[in-house]
Amino acid sequence: MDHQHRHSSSPRELQMARSMCWHCQSEVSGEYFCDRCVKVQPVSKELDYFTCMGFPRRLTIDPRQLESKFYELSRAFHPDFFQNKSAEEQTISLGNSAMLNTAYRTLRDPIQRAEYLLDLEAGAVKDIRTSPPADLFEEILELQDTLDEYRAADRASDTAATLCAKLQMERTTLERRQQDMENALQQLFTQWDILQDRGEATDQTRAERDRILKHMRDILSNRTYVKNIVNDLVATIS
Amino acid sequence: MARIVGIDLGTTNSLVAYMDKGTPRVIAGRNERNMVPSVVAMTDNGLIVGDPAKEHLTRNPARTVYSVKRFMGKSLADVQSELAYFPYTFTEQGGVIRFKLGEKTYSPPQISAMILKELKLRAETHLGESITKAVITVPAYFNDSQRQATKDAGMIAGLEVLRIINEPTAASLAYGLQEKTQGTIAVYDLGGGTFDISILKLKNGIFEVLATNGDTHLGGDDIDRLIADLFIDEIRERHGLDLHTYPDYMQAVRLEAERTKIRLSDVLKTTATLDLPDGKGRFTRELTRDQLESLTMGLIERTLAPCRKALKDAELTPEHIDEVVLVGGSTRMPLVRQRVQELFGKTPHCELNPDEVVALGAAVQADILSGGTTDMLLLDVTPLSLGIETMGGVMSSVIRRNTTIPAGAKEMFTTYVDGQTGVDIHILQGERELAKDNRSLARFRLKVPPLPAGVPRIEVTFLIDANGILNVLAKDMRTGQSQSIEVKPSYGLSDSEVEQMIEDSFKFAADDVSARKLIEARLDAGALITTTEKSLLEGGHLIASDNIAATRTALAALSAAKDGTDPRVIRARMADLEQAAKPLTVALLNDSLMKGLQGKKVSEVT
Repeated sequence: MDHQHRHSSSPRELQMARSMCWHCQSEVSGEYFCDRCVKVQPVSKELDYFTCMGFPRRLTIDPRQLESKFYELSRAFHPDFFQNKSAEEQTISLGNSAMLNTAYRTLRDPIQRAEYLLDLEAGAVKDIRTSPPADLFEEILELQDTLDEYRAADRASDTAATLCAKLQMERTTLERRQQDMENALQQLFTQWDILQDRGEATDQTRAERDRILKHMRDILSNRTYVKNIVNDLVATIS
Repeated sequence: MARIVGIDLGTTNSLVAYMDKGTPRVIAGRNERNMVPSVVAMTDNGLIVGDPAKEHLTRNPARTVYSVKRFMGKSLADVQSELAYFPYTFTEQGGVIRFKLGEKTYSPPQISAMILKELKLRAETHLGESITKAVITVPAYFNDSQRQATKDAGMIAGLEVLRIINEPTAASLAYGLQEKTQGTIAVYDLGGGTFDISILKLKNGIFEVLATNGDTHLGGDDIDRLIADLFIDEIRERHGLDLHTYPDYMQAVRLEAERTKIRLSDVLKTTATLDLPDGKGRFTRELTRDQLESLTMGLIERTLAPCRKALKDAELTPEHIDEVVLVGGSTRMPLVRQRVQELFGKTPHCELNPDEVVALGAAVQADILSGGTTDMLLLDVTPLSLGIETMGGVMSSVIRRNTTIPAGAKEMFTTYVDGQTGVDIHILQGERELAKDNRSLARFRLKVPPLPAGVPRIEVTFLIDANGILNVLAKDMRTGQSQSIEVKPSYGLSDSEVEQMIEDSFKFAADDVSARKLIEARLDAGALITTTEKSLLEGGHLIASDNIAATRTALAALSAAKDGTDPRVIRARMADLEQAAKPLTVALLNDSLMKGLQGKKVSEVT
């Protein structure tokens, strides 16, 4: 959390992808509104969500800071406050609000935030396979079979009771595994942030960066498989 | 900027409110009532709305429309199961229900527009200025077609609908304004025909909706129907009568069921009575609150599942909810309050009149839009997921439910066949896997330049605006050219139809005005006759006999004029009567003054 505070104090990182006010054609220096004619300025579609919300590309974000930024920008952009303005300004307000809402939704959730960052940073890790590793795949298949057996079995029978006990055990194991993944992800998030904070551009840091991203992508995709099978399991036995 | 009013267009009652120096106020009608019953009657003397129309429910059921909100944005197939409960003839045209009333047919937005016009006139009379802009509320769980139909109704009524807002969120604005509440609140809104639950976070003037859920076909109407069905069954058993063959009595039994329900919110036991047709005497039935509750338990339970879903979507448990607010007339039922209290584990708020709080909130939102209030901001969500039909009839979600609006999403489309010149897109709303299980919103065809398969790239932007209404834009990524899209709504009026209805509404406006003048004159005449007769009884002995005779003559003349069709004649006879009864009025006034002074000390009088 500590390094986070340092970075969010630099809102000037928010760059608009145009330099001229759409209305008065003056050089724009204001953040969201033209300094000269005070018209709202469109947030560029090419802008990434981190930049849009004035946060650096880090994976640890203080939810309260993010929320207060979201509220601040909502007050700046929301169509409610543009009802008396020109049609152009209303269109910009609508577009900016929609983009802001997507940005907030994406960054608010740590997993979505990480997945989004992976998309942005793709480059070297783009061609990573997204199918589960063989051992996890085997495990899931086996569990699917047990689930099918249990569904087919007479609920009052001994077979069902045995299967249910087995499934309960599997559930505990899988949930522990989920927790391990969350912890591993959290560690990777921290590693990523530290690496970014150092801001070095050596071959070594580039390799380290790719390693972190690749590992993150692996865990995120495995996490999805485990999450789905756990949901399936919980729905079946409860 | 011209004044914007806030309108609650309800299933049973509608209201109009405005912001009066920082305080939202509901505008009362000439009858001093705040609510306009959402009833429209086509009489031989023209169209009437509200309280006078309500009288026509039993007199002329086939031409009196109530609960029109249940039909907004619906096709006949959607409401098939309840058509039998309504006494008028339904047809369908272009996926939109039409009511056949006499010779003419009307769509639900047209009927709603008549109610809106009544509210517009009420506001204009009270404020002494022309009203052309409004904020109209809808149930949070209304889909795109239902919202669009509401917007159409506003246009037909000559109102620019600046914003459609959700009823529970409107209510939260009214509460927030009053109490400056902070924290997480749940708004439970059970109205005449719809149920909504919204979970909101209130912080520093921002009202952020976290999740919403509901049922747009669950409300007081359904409770009344259960009671009425019980009465109808017992009438069949006891009196050998099937009320279904008497549309007027069906309305009478429905209204008596409603009154019985309302009484049972205050007392533990009441007796319903109904005069039966064909000289079969009178039906009386004692009903206890316990009986009502066991009868309606199932319906009320149906509101709890959406509450749990909303909590789950907001990733909260009941313990996280700081306050619960009750909205809608049906929350007056003790059983509803009890079940809500049990679910959330806290006593719900109901300080503001549950019938009026939505209209008050709409007035607050209107004030925000006109720039009056700047410290409050509502961030609402879309209640249902928006998606498109993909290969194999599966719905692919584009914007998930409970996404903050305005919300946008982009999808890229291409072709599968060389030289293909169009791509058909089917937009859906709902939570089910298969396209056919969801609500079809609209279809449109993307125009594509003839190129080898897979080469064209058309980007389609789906944008849900702050009203919760979908806008679609398409852009050819190769040329950068935008294309306009003709979206054909699956269940809605086309633009040209709405235009025609607006035109019709102007054409008939003149007829409407004269019909209204007649109705109002008759109502006023009736009131004057009643009070004068009462005065004669009380003070006849105080005045000379020729004064009594003159008053009686003028009374008879007004009664005759009241049955005629000329409002000017009625008004003239009213003036005559007031003149003739003057000695009586003066005598009564003096008499009551004298009585009031008797036996009092001088110090009390001065």
